[in-house]
Formats: sequence, C-alpha cells, structure tokens
Amino acid sequence: MMGWLESIWQALSPLSQGVLISTAYIVPVVVVIILCVAYLTLAERKIIGAIQNRIGPNRVGPYGLLQPFADVLKLLLKQVVLPSRSNRFLFLVAPLLSIVPALAAWAVVPLFPGFVIADIDAGLLFVLALTSLGVYGVIIAGWATNSKYALLGAMRSAAQIVAYEIAMGFALVGVLMASRSLNLGAIVEAQAGGFLNWFLVPLFPLFIVYFIAGVAETNRAPFDVAEGESEIVAGFHVEYSGVAFAVFFLAEYANMILISALTAVMFMGGWESPFAGLNLGWLSAPGLHWLAVKVAFFLFCFLWFRATFPRYRYDQIMRLGWKVFIPITIVWIFVEGAMAIMAVGPWSSA
Amino acid sequence: MAGTLFFYTLSAVLIASALGVITARNPVHAVLFLVLSFVTSSVLWLLLEAEFLAVVLVLVYVGAVMVLFLFVVMMLDVNVAQLREGFTRYAWLGAVVAAVLAAELLAIVWWKPDGLPMAATTTPRPADYSNTEMLGTALYTEHLFAFELAAFLLLLAIVAAIVLTMRRRPGLKAQDVSRQVAVRREDRVRLVQMKAEHDT
Repeated sequence: MMGWLESIWQALSPLSQGVLISTAYIVPVVVVIILCVAYLTLAERKIIGAIQNRIGPNRVGPYGLLQPFADVLKLLLKQVVLPSRSNRFLFLVAPLLSIVPALAAWAVVPLFPGFVIADIDAGLLFVLALTSLGVYGVIIAGWATNSKYALLGAMRSAAQIVAYEIAMGFALVGVLMASRSLNLGAIVEAQAGGFLNWFLVPLFPLFIVYFIAGVAETNRAPFDVAEGESEIVAGFHVEYSGVAFAVFFLAEYANMILISALTAVMFMGGWESPFAGLNLGWLSAPGLHWLAVKVAFFLFCFLWFRATFPRYRYDQIMRLGWKVFIPITIVWIFVEGAMAIMAVGPWSSA
Repeated sequence: MAGTLFFYTLSAVLIASALGVITARNPVHAVLFLVLSFVTSSVLWLLLEAEFLAVVLVLVYVGAVMVLFLFVVMMLDVNVAQLREGFTRYAWLGAVVAAVLAAELLAIVWWKPDGLPMAATTTPRPADYSNTEMLGTALYTEHLFAFELAAFLLLLAIVAAIVLTMRRRPGLKAQDVSRQVAVRREDRVRLVQMKAEHDT
C-alpha cells in the first residue's frame, strides 16, 4: 500500500508535488479558522449575554453549542436577493474580495515552532498589503448595491481604513525596528525568553495603537460606522442576504481572529511561553496552546469593547486616527531610536 | 515551463485590464480595472523575484492610493459623455506620449545601451537571498543622497497640498474639539433643589 503511494508520488513532477504539499498545509489551517469563526459567533453572543446579565443562546444542542451550525444552515437556505438596479457582477464579487485577504494573510503567520505555510522574508509587508485589500470588498459592495445607505457606509469605511492603516503601518515599523526582521517567524523568535522580552514592554504605546487600529480596521464596535445600524440601517451590506451575507459575516470574524493573531505575534511573542526558562512542563514550553490563549484574550477584548463602548461619532474617529494615533507612533519611533543608541531593552544584545 | 505559462497568462490579464481602463464606459469600472492591472503587475514582479517591490506596489497603490481614487470617483459622478468629446482633440498628444514610451522600452529590450545594469535573464537566487535586505542596503548606503532628495520632495508635496486646501473663510463654523473635551458638567448643567409638588 505505502509502496504504491510512494511510486505515484515519485511519478509526479516537482511542481505538482509542491502544490500537493502546500494544499496539505493550507486545508487544515483554513478549516480550523472557519471552525473558530463559527464558535466565535457563539462566544460573542454568550459573552455579551453574560455582560448584559442574559443567558444567551442555549436551545440548540447542550449549552447552545450547535447554535453556529443552525445559523449557518439558516443563512445557506435563504434566498439571495439581487437588487434590480445593482451591478450584478460586482455585487456578487464583493463578498469574495473581503474573505480572500482575511484568509490569505494566514499564509505568513507562524502558528507553532517550525510551522508556517509560507516562510517569506517580507512577511510583515505581505500582511500589511493584504489587510489593506480587505476594504475593497466593503467599497465595491457599497457601490454595486446602488443604494444611498450602502454608498454612505462604503465612503465611511474607505476614509476610516485609510486613516487607521497609516497608524497601523507605523506601529509595525516600530516592531521591525525592535526585531530587525520582516519575517514573522524571526519576530516571534526575537521575543523568546519570558514575558519581559515581549515587545509589549518596550513598545507599549505602539501595542495599544496597533490593537485599537486593528479594531477600527475590522469595522468592529466602537468603530462600526460602516455598518451603523442606528443611522444607515446596515451600511454596505444592507441589501445582502443569504450566502452572500454569510460570506461578509465570515470575513468580519476571520479578520477579527487575524488581527488578534497578528497582535499576539507582533507584541506578545506569538507561540512563545511567558514563563520560558522556568521549567514548568507544558506551561513553559512554546507551542500552539500559547498562541491560542493570546488570540482568545484579544478576541475577548473585541467582544468586551462591543458590549462596553458606544459608537464613535464619525469626526471623532478621524480625529483619533490622524491627530492622536499617528503622532504617538511617530514619537515612539524616535524614542525607539534613542533606546537603540543607548542599547536598552531588545537592543541590549546587539 | 509552468513559469512561462504563468507569465503569459498574467501578461494577457494585464494587457486586457489596461485596455479596460481606457475603454470602460463607467469611471468606477475603469478604476477597478486599474486596480486589477496593479495587482497583476505585482504578481509579474514576484516572478522576477522582486518581492519587496511587488508587495509595496500592492500596499501603496492598491491599498491606499486606489482606495482614495475610488472614493473620489464614486463621489463625483463623472459625466463620461462630456469627457469623450475631447477624445479626438487630444488623441495626437496621447499617441506621441505612447510612441515615446514604446521607443524607450524597445531601446532597453533590444538595443541594450552600455552602462545600464540590464538583467535580461534572471538566474534564480538561493533561498536565503533577501531582496528586501539588498534593496535597503543599496538605498541607505549607495543612493542615500538621492533617497533623501526624494523624501524631501515628497514632504514638499505634502506641505503644498495642505497649504492649498487650508483656506480660511470668514464666518466658518468649526468645532474646537479641545474646548469640547474640556467642558465639565458644572458648565452645562445646574442641579436645583426644590420641594416636591403635591397634587391635591
């Protein structure tokens, strides 16, 4: 049996071998992300329910654990309504444009020691480029729908993402100054040796700016003016139903998980253990479990923000992005330069 | 073999989308075609192992510049018919520019003047070769002066753009956010003590 499989493997060209190996890496990662999205929706309803002193969904399956599947089935069985004056092609392509970057960015995220789908040197830039592409789904959806509310949502989203992307990029400049590498695996390894070596410590303001800009970039509360259901109904996806809406939903939650994972990788040591070097068994060993714990913490923050803060006014969002975050990041890059010259923190070993 | 096939497919997409930019009737479609041609040319650069330039092209042009372009085009509602009237009038100018560009490209591809570091065929680099690092080293050592000049030019453009849009009209009503933030409850609300009223 094994010899037979091996002879088939040998007969394949190196190119198709490469394609098969990459597929074997990609499929489990994507399946796990989609399952995480399913349970993130349940966690959101349960956690916000607990914050608001409610029970949350508890009817489908034990503790409501099958609720996400019931939701998916409901959305899949619904009719996809195409608005009559919309641009049919762009209307249907828009959800795909928002899900593809959210999944493709995982290619460069190191998940546990030695595992990353594509170990490329420009990983950090790749992530920035892909997260900036996500806005096209929103803009094209808003325009192709041919509705005033949808277009308003798209315009708000475009201005917001351009503003916060600059702050995000500058925060990442700080990370690469500290790690001296654009490779995400090397960034994680530069934070080895316990939580005092995490970039969280020397780059604390950049960490805050990056995470808040990430919340803004994913259009989550309190920055969800693109949806703004109390003002413009549902913003860019006001006319979407059924599967097309489900894809937008999937993209939003996949982006939340991605931003959480990236924040963990850039500032909290990714898969490194906070107790490295203490000899505590699995607690001090690096691995996927540590990345999962950190991602879960940031996802909880996303839900916590949504339950706590009222939505920002549009001009306040712009002011926060341009006049607060960007100056903070620029100042901290200069502070980092001073730290590098005086050889403190992550620069002491160089 | 697979690389060649890939190259020709992408080039076909690139040329088709570039044609789409100038032939699309709807300006929003034209901008979207331009986005597509940026993305395909970025993938072509990846084939040339210029991964830093490829990613930066997507990051800067597709991720930021074209978003603003789309923003403006969607807001303005451009009248295409009016734009088309000028086509024949300016066609000769376009033809001249296109001819000059084509001549320059052909000169580099076929004539190959001395002194141009032309790499007509790329030899695959080893896996640990970092394009990003090489580019950074070249920019910050060899070409530092030109790099600083370019940066200064960009700064100048930013300042000029801001100055052009900073018109102070008299009677303009604007919010002073720091004053809004500085307001305390005592400035706006007064709690008064009064006796409960009784309905008799």
